[in-house]
Amino acid sequence: MSGATWRDAGRRLRADRAAMVAAGLIAAVAVLAVLGPWINANGPETIDWRSVAVPPGLRGAHWFGTDRLGRDLFVRTMGGVRVSLLVGLAATVISLGIGIGYGAVAGYLGGRVDDVLMRVVEILDGLPLIFFVIFLTVIFGRDEWLLFASIGAVGWLAMARIVRGQTLSIRRREFIEAARASGAGTARIIWTHVVPNVAGPVTVYATLTIPQIMLFESFLSFLGLGVQEPRASLGTLIAEGAGEMQAAPWILLGPGICLAALLVALNVLGDGLRDALDRGGR
Amino acid sequence: MVDFLLRRVRVAVPTLFVIVTLSFFLVRLAPGGPFDREQALPPEIVANLRGAYGFDRPLWEQYARYLGSLARGDFGPSFRYKDFTVTELIGQGLPVTFELGALALAAALGIGVPVGVFAALHRGSWADRGTMMLAALGIAVPTFVVLPFLALCFGIHWRWLPVAGWEPGSVRHLVLPVTALSLTPLAYVARLTRGGMLEAMSGAFVRTAFAKGLPLRTVVLRHALRPALLPVAGYLAPAVASIMTGSLVVESIAGLPGMGRYLVQGALNRDYTLVLGMVVVYSTLLIGMGLVVDLLYLWLDPRIRFERE
Repeated sequence: MSGATWRDAGRRLRADRAAMVAAGLIAAVAVLAVLGPWINANGPETIDWRSVAVPPGLRGAHWFGTDRLGRDLFVRTMGGVRVSLLVGLAATVISLGIGIGYGAVAGYLGGRVDDVLMRVVEILDGLPLIFFVIFLTVIFGRDEWLLFASIGAVGWLAMARIVRGQTLSIRRREFIEAARASGAGTARIIWTHVVPNVAGPVTVYATLTIPQIMLFESFLSFLGLGVQEPRASLGTLIAEGAGEMQAAPWILLGPGICLAALLVALNVLGDGLRDALDRGGR
Repeated sequence: MVDFLLRRVRVAVPTLFVIVTLSFFLVRLAPGGPFDREQALPPEIVANLRGAYGFDRPLWEQYARYLGSLARGDFGPSFRYKDFTVTELIGQGLPVTFELGALALAAALGIGVPVGVFAALHRGSWADRGTMMLAALGIAVPTFVVLPFLALCFGIHWRWLPVAGWEPGSVRHLVLPVTALSLTPLAYVARLTRGGMLEAMSGAFVRTAFAKGLPLRTVVLRHALRPALLPVAGYLAPAVASIMTGSLVVESIAGLPGMGRYLVQGALNRDYTLVLGMVVVYSTLLIGMGLVVDLLYLWLDPRIRFERE
């Protein structure tokens, strides 16, 4: 995929109003999440004894209200967004790394190697991976980085399939042959000639993987298997809010709306990106 | 046909075996054990307990024993729920979980397919755009956000439906959990049906049917719908998986006595037999759904049938 194709795709994406609104929303939430501690003076774990479980308002700058312990929900929610985005990005990068390497090797080498590698993917795909992630989080429990790793290690299967399919379709092309004729080794061909040429579908899939992983992380945290107190993730905040929704619905509403809006926006952006790349890509 | 089924079962049994084996050793890797309490038990009692449950034997022997009892249909005793065998706990929880899941799946198909067909037939209209926007929303918003929101609106604000709880045979208690659980698969089904329908309607066989003078209704129902449903059939197994994971949170939010809580609680409590029992039941359901999907494919796409024969 050449620079010009990317430029064309970029132009089409900019013309897609829904995708642009989504991108703007994501950027705004991300900026708020990063700057959260500087815009709002409340600390994520400080307890405001004068306002315990107050609804959203300007008093004490509790814009999203406070929880049962008097902790500010705006700051905690923004912290949760930070965790979610971080998990989404980190786990996506991990699954990208494994998936691209695995898929490119399988597709480029072909034959027996391809058969064995793809059979492994097939078997893993047949297993109910949710159980294994639950077990892994129980085993590694309190370590957030291992949590990211175990989620990412599950997400690479689809990526490997996509990359393999793309690689199969380009490995007989002239430029690969030219590279081989001029003496490039297998590793070099895969890295400098195959991988850059599968970037289009990989970008699209990665954009759509981020919301899936964020959803999965908040699901695990909701069940109490992910991020642990006193740190907050959107999942733990929603779980807390779901328990209090009769007396204090705002505990649920802030984080719930944030998570839903982020996921919708990421999906819309991913769809827009797919349309933009699809039309010019082939 | 029978041949095909047999071949599928021959793949399913080893898969189940791999799942059980992996799970058996994975849960044992986790630190801690089923007899850990906040107050440590005297070592003699722990030793007695371990002896009684066979934990003093080598791991491979315990594994062989577990497989043996599993083959006889015995899931073993639960370590945390005293006086209950895992079979009894599954017997109590499975019907609730199954009812919830089956209703959600039925709602997803029963509503999603007509909506998708309608959207495809009115392609580009505001109704099409509207439903597809709703579908995008349904795919993105997680179950554990939807259910509390629904409960907040219909249960607490308007007081039409109970927020949580379970009474045998009570439909009112099921409305909110089933709705929340079915939304994501419903959105996917609507989207896939629309896509499949658009493709089917552009096929030559549909043009022929119209040329014969058949009314739209007959063309859609008799000719286009079957091939249009192929992508939906392919989605059924993932749909069941998503409903299963969804029911974990739905049961916990709505306080339903299903078996979802046993999976997470069992893993946290190191209740080895209970966790493994859950894994076996859930995996069997998933693999069984895979078989159903294959049969559906045979019915929906005759080309596959001819290829095999």
